[in-house]
Amino acid sequence: MAGRVDSVLVLLALTSVLLLGSSRLVRCIRIVAFQGMLLAVLTLAVHAHALTLRVAMLAATILALKGAAFPWLLSRVLQEADVRREIEPLVSYVSSMLVGVVGFAVSFWLSERLPLPTPPISSLVLPVALFTTLVGLFLIVSRRTALTQVLAYLVLENGIYTFGVGLVHGTPMVVELGVLLDVFVAVFVMGIAIFHINREFDHIDANQLAALRD
Amino acid sequence: MTQASAIATLAPLVLAPALLGVITRTKAIVAGRTGAPLLQPYYDLAKLMRKSAVYSRTTTWVFRAGPVVGLAALLIALLVVPLGGVPAPLGFEGDLIVFAYLLGLLRFLTVIAALDTGSSFEGMGASREVSFAALAEPALLLGLAAVARKGGSLSLSTMYAHVDATAWAGAAPTFALVAGTLLAVFLAENTRVPVDDPTTHLELTMIHEVMVLDHSGPDLAFILYGSALKLWLLGALFVSLVLPVRSGTVWVDAGTALAGMFALAVLVGLIESAMARWRLLRVPQFLVGAGVMAALALVFMLG
Repeated sequence: MAGRVDSVLVLLALTSVLLLGSSRLVRCIRIVAFQGMLLAVLTLAVHAHALTLRVAMLAATILALKGAAFPWLLSRVLQEADVRREIEPLVSYVSSMLVGVVGFAVSFWLSERLPLPTPPISSLVLPVALFTTLVGLFLIVSRRTALTQVLAYLVLENGIYTFGVGLVHGTPMVVELGVLLDVFVAVFVMGIAIFHINREFDHIDANQLAALRD
Repeated sequence: MTQASAIATLAPLVLAPALLGVITRTKAIVAGRTGAPLLQPYYDLAKLMRKSAVYSRTTTWVFRAGPVVGLAALLIALLVVPLGGVPAPLGFEGDLIVFAYLLGLLRFLTVIAALDTGSSFEGMGASREVSFAALAEPALLLGLAAVARKGGSLSLSTMYAHVDATAWAGAAPTFALVAGTLLAVFLAENTRVPVDDPTTHLELTMIHEVMVLDHSGPDLAFILYGSALKLWLLGALFVSLVLPVRSGTVWVDAGTALAGMFALAVLVGLIESAMARWRLLRVPQFLVGAGVMAALALVFMLG
């Protein structure tokens, strides 16, 4: 079972690296969608020994929201906003990936020093969760379009969820669903906001938003 | 040298050009053509050996030394690379670094031979070759370091002997990462399609072919044979990792590995049929990505 969890975690880390190096918005959306699906698989893999209806429902909700609803919503925004360009990073793709490697090493170093109340389900949970969170943070500051920032926020949230599912045993379902609902509302609102920003100002460059006047 | 080790060295000497034949044939079949005979690379080599070499007046001994020393470097490298579970005849502690630098020596000589012609066109290819190699080499070394960590040895033969089914079961994700890296390095170092197109000539985007334009006759034969050997060597590193058959019986191990080599050639043919060559700007990204995968694998191994 540990092998299965490890494989999913490694894939999770790889998708984050891939995200650091990809240049197209459409591709980024697909990668984040795939990452969402991986989280659903991870949920199932972690609870493989005691698969309950609760867990299955949680996985199904994650799959529906992160794997299907969010990507659909964001692709729609992308189509409406008519910005199918490259994502104009502030840090180049190659440097981003190198930053990713450093971030990965830091996550490993950090995870060995964190005192944990309960042993994690696999030794990779903590580093990968920290890494995904770091990648999310890094993408938020290093990419310019508002849409990428929504994606980065999702990646950040994925990292936090990985942390939760691997470390905390038996979080009440209500809490999990509540978090998912929050994320859903956030993405929904951000999607609509981006659409309006674009219609008003003909671009979604986050750097220029600071200079907005009404 | 044991009888078994002889296979790891002699098989590439004889069979390496056939890999090129298989790749070309696969591409031809996918494209719906009959294609060149499987033994065409051998005919080419025989033809080139019968011809005499033509040297430009601007070249010096460096240009003549390039192909010879390059081939010699590869022949030495053959002695340290195992084939699946079959150990190499000259395995020693640290030979993985020797292997990487023998490839480096080959590259250095190809590059200075190209620069020696004084052609700006060849200089351009040389500069590309070096800049991509600078990214491919760390990826190769990091990937091998991850396997070395698992095998507990810096000798290619010993560490690959430890890559068996149990090792895979214990560290499948990591090995998969390393395999991905090795495949990427294999494609880049052998100038196969996503990185470079070995069939183009006189095109501004090519890398390897442009450096050897001025070589002719036996020199060109050495270079062709050398690139077949290089294809085999890097391919063997990949195949030995993904086919963890270590039965202890030499014929089974060697047979699987040989079958694996030709399966890899077919795979390369399929990749080349399915993909177009990338823009040059994409290549560094691809290689850095491979390096990142190797680094992740190494961190997983150490962690």
